[in-house]
Amino acid sequence: MGDEIHLKEKSRIMDSADMERAISRLASEIVESNQGTDDLYIVGIRRRGVPLAERLVDKIESLEGNRPLYGIIDITLYRDDLSTVGANPIVNRTELEHDIEGKNIVLVDDVLYTGRTIRAALDQLMDFGRPRKVQLAVLIDRGREHRELPIQADFNGKLVPTKHTEIIKVMLKEYDDVEAVGIFERP
Amino acid sequence: MEKPFRRRDLLGIRELSAAEVIGILDTAENFSEISNREVKKVPALRGKTVINLFFEASTRTRTSFELAAKRLSADAVNISVSSSSVSKGETLIDTAMNLDAMAPDCIVVRHSSAGVPHQLAKVSRAAIVNAGDGANEHPTQALLDAMTIREHKKQIEGLEVAIIGDILHSRVARSNIHLLTKLGARVRVAGPGTLVPADFQHLLDSETSIDRDNIGSNIHDPRPLAVCPSVEDAISGADVVMILRIQRERQDSAYFPTLREYSIHYGLTNERLDLAKKDAIVLHPGPMNRGIEIASEVADSSRSLILDQVKYGVAVRMAVLYLATGGTVQQPGRE
Repeated sequence: MGDEIHLKEKSRIMDSADMERAISRLASEIVESNQGTDDLYIVGIRRRGVPLAERLVDKIESLEGNRPLYGIIDITLYRDDLSTVGANPIVNRTELEHDIEGKNIVLVDDVLYTGRTIRAALDQLMDFGRPRKVQLAVLIDRGREHRELPIQADFNGKLVPTKHTEIIKVMLKEYDDVEAVGIFERP
Repeated sequence: MEKPFRRRDLLGIRELSAAEVIGILDTAENFSEISNREVKKVPALRGKTVINLFFEASTRTRTSFELAAKRLSADAVNISVSSSSVSKGETLIDTAMNLDAMAPDCIVVRHSSAGVPHQLAKVSRAAIVNAGDGANEHPTQALLDAMTIREHKKQIEGLEVAIIGDILHSRVARSNIHLLTKLGARVRVAGPGTLVPADFQHLLDSETSIDRDNIGSNIHDPRPLAVCPSVEDAISGADVVMILRIQRERQDSAYFPTLREYSIHYGLTNERLDLAKKDAIVLHPGPMNRGIEIASEVADSSRSLILDQVKYGVAVRMAVLYLATGGTVQQPGRE
């Protein structure tokens, strides 16, 4: 990801207050759709889905008084582009301590683009058991025209139609200096 | 982002930097969870082929590599010397080139002669992983030992590690000494005088003169490796006691008089273990000779982590196979 240093920010589409409002709304929609927190299991996709999932879990707890189950998956070993020769991607830990059998899973990621990450996450999830259903929550949906697989978000913070040449960056205080979402472009 | 491991082959610990060793251990820790899943398989190495080429008998290591390959969805083929064309007179290099012609992605090799994996690495397009070469190195054993130590002691830096037994013939000892001293532990070795070279300290000195690209300044302590006059000296105050297997096939070769005598003077008993730190852990690479180099009461005690070593062995080998054969990610961070 070293090349991102040279990216130019074209426009800022969310600041930290916008992000917090979007997360609040996502949390409400998730509990509404699942009729509460029973069997609700929030799963963050590494890397930037994880802090977002944690915030959703906190928000849901403050809304409902109950904390939903929470886990993390790392999709590296399930990627469809692993066999390309070159350097090795770093493998991080998958942490699904609670059984996913019969649960209502909500996968959380920062940006939905081609859908390939979600495909990998779904495949990995199925290796852990048979959830009752799986939904997808993302902060940014870049639009259906970019999708390379039939995957859509059930909950999205903001729909942002973009060009292929553009890059959306969700910046989070856990990893970045600022808390914001910006559209970047290669100079 | 710093990559943990850029090499194709894993031939020994000696040529690795401390950062590379830590990179492999971190990766292995992330792989360890896979063996606890209901479906103990990830698709990472789907379509890759791993050949386990064992010129020496092995159950544990071969099984461990085979399971590691299979849990990564690679196809694993095992070749052992008794069933190979080596017994029909084929040379080592010819065997390797014939296997290579079948386009495996990785060949895991064990041989009774030091340097065989290094020779294969020169002629093979596949990544070569050393699963033990003569008395030289057994890198994945040292890595799984280190992983076991890290799990129980949090870090390796600053630990005192005693290695007891047949140091002279032990590739496990050599790989462990390189690894532990690179990561900042101090190693003391002890055993029968015939099996512990008095000048063994030079193992590390001579390595620095061989200097390859990645050898860091691993000798930050004037004596990271000490040869102790007695087992008691080596064990006293140790955090980790590593017992080596006495190779019974050597008992006729006059290195020590009898197994019984070995057990009396060098075997790890509870009394000897009491000299170590209270929370000291005991490791043994297996297969162990109960009642010879290790008393059953020690082997079966809670301080003995022998089965943990075996468990972490699979994770370490998954990490090594992944790092040796795994590809890259296109356009990282695309989604």
